[in-house]
Amino acid sequence: MNDDTPREMACQELVDVITDYLEGTLPDPDCTRFEAHLATCPACQEYLEQMRALVRLTGRLTPKSLEPETVDSLLGAFRRWRDSRTGL
Amino acid sequence: MGPTTNTRSPEADLIERLRSGDEATFVCLVNTHSASLKRLALAFVSTDAVAEEVVQETWLAVLTGITRFEGRSSVKTWIFKILTNRAKTRAIRERRTINFSELEDPREPNQPAVDPARFLPAAHPTHPGHWASPLEAWSASAEDAVVGREMMGVLRRELDRLPPAQRVVVALRDVHGWPAAEVCDVLGLSEANQRVLLHRGRSRLRGAMEAYFAENA
Repeated sequence: MNDDTPREMACQELVDVITDYLEGTLPDPDCTRFEAHLATCPACQEYLEQMRALVRLTGRLTPKSLEPETVDSLLGAFRRWRDSRTGL
Repeated sequence: MGPTTNTRSPEADLIERLRSGDEATFVCLVNTHSASLKRLALAFVSTDAVAEEVVQETWLAVLTGITRFEGRSSVKTWIFKILTNRAKTRAIRERRTINFSELEDPREPNQPAVDPARFLPAAHPTHPGHWASPLEAWSASAEDAVVGREMMGVLRRELDRLPPAQRVVVALRDVHGWPAAEVCDVLGLSEANQRVLLHRGRSRLRGAMEAYFAENA
């Protein structure tokens, strides 16, 4: 056994470090192992594509905005604040 | 060095317009940030209604504070810090302090990204830790128009079901498109903890989508 030979990445390890990989924070040696594994494993390729699809889909969710009444009430507060400052 | 005519930065300009009581500037700020402010508030308080109140209090504090604002941070960071402080105060009043410790220390019971039973055992002679059976391939169809509508509903529901700390990180990063550094700054998280929360949240959502496709294939 040669200790310098990097251990092959198993699928179970890949799914644990996939966010580090996508965030670009996976250290170089692990990144190499990640990509070497990916090249030979269709299931992990699909897993990576699923994570990417998930991120794209999540990006299409509409943010929850304020209720219109809250916005109206804020605008009223703003005008009172402004008028109190200008002495109107 | 910089433009010759007007050397005032857009940020200084924004502060000046707000101080002078420019309504359009205020409305624009409110429209730009309120959704993410509300999302952030929901990491600390329990209901939509309370989150709305906290956002409203934040904007009022912005108005009263803008004259004293010294510009040591960006206006955006300042606004989000006000929100965080108010939401925390509110959460203490609601006796919901559990979320802070979770935000500061995401070492909740370690939940694997994928059920370990899906992999061959470590003692397997040739393929330890490899997928025990091939993955159902749905990544290509997840964005089909037909699948899309229902899928988005599932995704929204599952996002709302995430533990609060995971939910706020996934939402700010993936729904609101914030960079990691801003999320860390506003939530007071280390980069490593931010990534742990993002990883757990996204992994859980992927699992939910997988379950959805298994049921509806």
